[in-house]
Amino acid sequence: MTTIDKLKRAINGFIAEYGIFLVLVFLIGLFSFLTISDEEYEGTAAAEQMAQVIDHDRMQLRVVIVASTSGPDIRMAERLEELVSGRGHLVLKRINGTPPDAGKAFRELEAEGKMVDYIAATKSVGSWTIVTQAHNKFKAFEQAEIVQPSSSRFPRFLKRDNLRNIADRIAVIAILAIGMTMVIITAGIDLSVGSLIALAAVSCALFIQQFGGGAEAGPMALILCSLAAILFCGMMGFFSGALSTTFQITPFIATLAVMMIARGLAYKFSNVTTIPITNDSFDWLGKGRMAGVPVSVVVMILLYAGAYFIMHWTTLGRRIYAIGGNTEAARLSGVPVNRVLLIVYTISGLLAGLGGVITASNLAGGAATYGDYYELYTIAAVVVGGSSLMGGQGKIFGTLIGAFIIAVIQSGMNQVGVESNTQKVVFGLVIVGAILSDKYKRKEISTLQLSLLLGAVALVGLGIVFFLRSIYPDA
Amino acid sequence: MDHQAGTIERLILSMRGIHKHFPGVHALKGVDLDLHEGEVLALLGENGAGKSTLIKILGGAHLPSEGRIELFDQEVHIHTPHIAQELGIGIIYQEFNLVPHLSARENIFLGREIRRGWVINKTEERRQANQLFDKIGIHINPETPCYKLSVAEQQIVEIAKALSQDVKILVMDEPSASLTPQEVKGLFNIIRDLQKQGISIIYISHRLDEIFEICDRILVLRDGEFVGTRDIDKVNRQEMIEMMVGRKVENEFPKHHHPIGEVRLSVEGLRRSSVVKDVSFELRSGEVLGFTGLIGAGRTETARLIFGADRKDAGTIIKDGMERNIQSPSDAIAAGICLLTEDRKGQGLVLMHSVKENFGLPNLDQFSAYHVLQPKKESSRFQSIVKKVQLKFSGQEQLAGNLSGGNQQKLVLAKWLQRNCDILIFDEPTRGIDVGAKYEIYLLINELAAQGKAIILISSELPEVIGMSDRILVMRQGEISGEIQNVQQTSQEAIMELAVH
Repeated sequence: MTTIDKLKRAINGFIAEYGIFLVLVFLIGLFSFLTISDEEYEGTAAAEQMAQVIDHDRMQLRVVIVASTSGPDIRMAERLEELVSGRGHLVLKRINGTPPDAGKAFRELEAEGKMVDYIAATKSVGSWTIVTQAHNKFKAFEQAEIVQPSSSRFPRFLKRDNLRNIADRIAVIAILAIGMTMVIITAGIDLSVGSLIALAAVSCALFIQQFGGGAEAGPMALILCSLAAILFCGMMGFFSGALSTTFQITPFIATLAVMMIARGLAYKFSNVTTIPITNDSFDWLGKGRMAGVPVSVVVMILLYAGAYFIMHWTTLGRRIYAIGGNTEAARLSGVPVNRVLLIVYTISGLLAGLGGVITASNLAGGAATYGDYYELYTIAAVVVGGSSLMGGQGKIFGTLIGAFIIAVIQSGMNQVGVESNTQKVVFGLVIVGAILSDKYKRKEISTLQLSLLLGAVALVGLGIVFFLRSIYPDA
Repeated sequence: MDHQAGTIERLILSMRGIHKHFPGVHALKGVDLDLHEGEVLALLGENGAGKSTLIKILGGAHLPSEGRIELFDQEVHIHTPHIAQELGIGIIYQEFNLVPHLSARENIFLGREIRRGWVINKTEERRQANQLFDKIGIHINPETPCYKLSVAEQQIVEIAKALSQDVKILVMDEPSASLTPQEVKGLFNIIRDLQKQGISIIYISHRLDEIFEICDRILVLRDGEFVGTRDIDKVNRQEMIEMMVGRKVENEFPKHHHPIGEVRLSVEGLRRSSVVKDVSFELRSGEVLGFTGLIGAGRTETARLIFGADRKDAGTIIKDGMERNIQSPSDAIAAGICLLTEDRKGQGLVLMHSVKENFGLPNLDQFSAYHVLQPKKESSRFQSIVKKVQLKFSGQEQLAGNLSGGNQQKLVLAKWLQRNCDILIFDEPTRGIDVGAKYEIYLLINELAAQGKAIILISSELPEVIGMSDRILVMRQGEISGEIQNVQQTSQEAIMELAVH
């Protein structure tokens, strides 16, 4: 087998396993397309680019530079004159001013009987009538060609700042989603993670303020306070696990209770305010960069690598899958079911705690309102990533892709200018769409059913849009 | 069997040249099936022979890829289960389709409620339900929730449900699998009644005794192909088995007798509420100890207590002279005891996972170092064990759920063979699996006994218990009601005597 065949097979395998990856690629493509916009060269960059165009000929060229009085334009004009004359061409006039100024200068050139080869103008100046009509009005400009800085078309969505923004935004949810994936593969659910974010952030801020030494806290104290907050959340996770194993409360209810307890405690600890973290070195975790990559993203990647290892290379991972696939068969095969579940819920709690500490570091404080709805985003990421709520099936990298899909949609809609309430509606539809496409792929629903549903959704959607238009005509 | 007296019955159903292709599988290769009015036709074949597929085509759950179905000389196209119902085809699947918390009446009329306006007409439903039970000849209170009914009663509800739709053809898939012998007699009476009413029945079972008792004709499939059909009085047991497996079969129960060694396991005063009352026995190395009795006599429950699957109220378990404190299945496995459960799908395997993962599950400690898996070790052990049990599968990643019943049982066996336990408890190891696979499992039991393992064989099939055991314990109402030392001299009647009284 050749290398190419192997590669092909590897790619096909990856797509079969992570078909959802194609959805991510599609979304990135879609938002890139929607945010493509003209990007003009300005200032010295424009000058350098125009000098290239003008320099094509060996003979000495006669150039007139026209620009406005704005800062970049002045810089452009100066730099261009420097470049063009530096290459042995002749700059007849450099104009920084208004259309009348340009007209005056053109008439002067006409009077002097000069001939002009190029008018170099910035984008806006290039559309002045005096410039576009110069070759008709003045003999001097009969041969003149207008040179403008070219614009490049580039999607705003793919700009480095935006991509970094997506990675930043997704790190916390993606970290929570690791624990959630494990829990969901055991056929459980953990509703408490959003509240645990708040609890961890508040406790971490509180510990630093009360015991760590506040603004003067040393690195060791900061680490200890963070660890204490994370462990606290780990204990809450353990408690959820104990409720759902030893005490046989279904995970939905057990973690619903812990969710309320944790949120309430967060409000109590913070006294309903934001506890600020004034220590500057603490923001390394949430805002720092390692080789240009946010620290939180590095942590996320390491955790995903670790989780992949656990799920596919250790006995624990195999047992997690087995419990979700058939609890009774797993138990009768000697799997210590309760112990494994306790570990899984504790991991989920610890990861939520870590997410909370990262949030606290990023926002330089702890408040009980952090992490609102995060459990739902997290579950959405896991489900979009292809795990089944029935348990026994799911892939850790699928979840990572799911988390990215959610972030890409959020960020993309921001870029396109969709406001946040509409975003929620779209978001809900995306979750339904992801599940349906999965079901369609597995042939659990027919093409007819799918198209009927899509048609119905589209009709109702249109109805709602018209209804809103009619009652709020201004919006 | 009065209708066998020579009258030519009317042809009701004729399936001709039925083919069915699934992705990668040619499940049915031109099968013909005729069914006459008031006839009981046995549909026979090993697992994977295509019986279920054929039945599902008849019931509208699958569409045939090719072929023609005629009902009363009219071609029909059965696209959905609903159409099948309307055509008068009723199917009772092996796994019942009853909603446990709904009453018998509600289950019978589920989806076809009798209404007066918007309101369900309970009085009328109740009247009709009672009428149906009268027709069957067994009375069940229509208002009893189904989870409170015994398996046999649930089956009667299923039959009533089918009859309520005015069936012409009733298909029963392994109806006797979880019934006691008396209940099977009751079922046969019902079948004979239905027969007199002109209803034709397709009866699927692996229990050949029953076929001789109740069926008029057999139709045998093998590997998706039509092998043949015979009138029941023109075929014997041996021929029937040979038609199914496609080769000569000399001995149904290939029992080997091995020297029996020292006591490996002794159970004393085992007790759990009213299900298991004071059970004590000993088990020796090289011995196959048959455990039989009626359903609900406490055999499975005793096994689960020994294995730690349920909590015992009292009792000691002594293995190799040492008392073991067994609180969970993992304790039992550590002590060298394993249980092959009767419910393979529900308790034995994780159906949605691969055969290899299922094989590895109880043996992860052997295939890992410091909790990190060693897949190569797992794969190589898997290869050699599945060869030994002759598991037929397409690849290590095949899902356990896609194996046939016999192969699922072999997979369960494979995973426990790797465990190399001293004591193996087989709970109904051959239930619902075909003759060929049964034979292979008997051979493996022999081999294990020859190695000096101690084996408990729980089974409701008396010929199997008698054919394979060195000694038999009979249970009744949670107690051991008798022991048969001299198995070769015993009879089914002698065992039934102990089981019933």
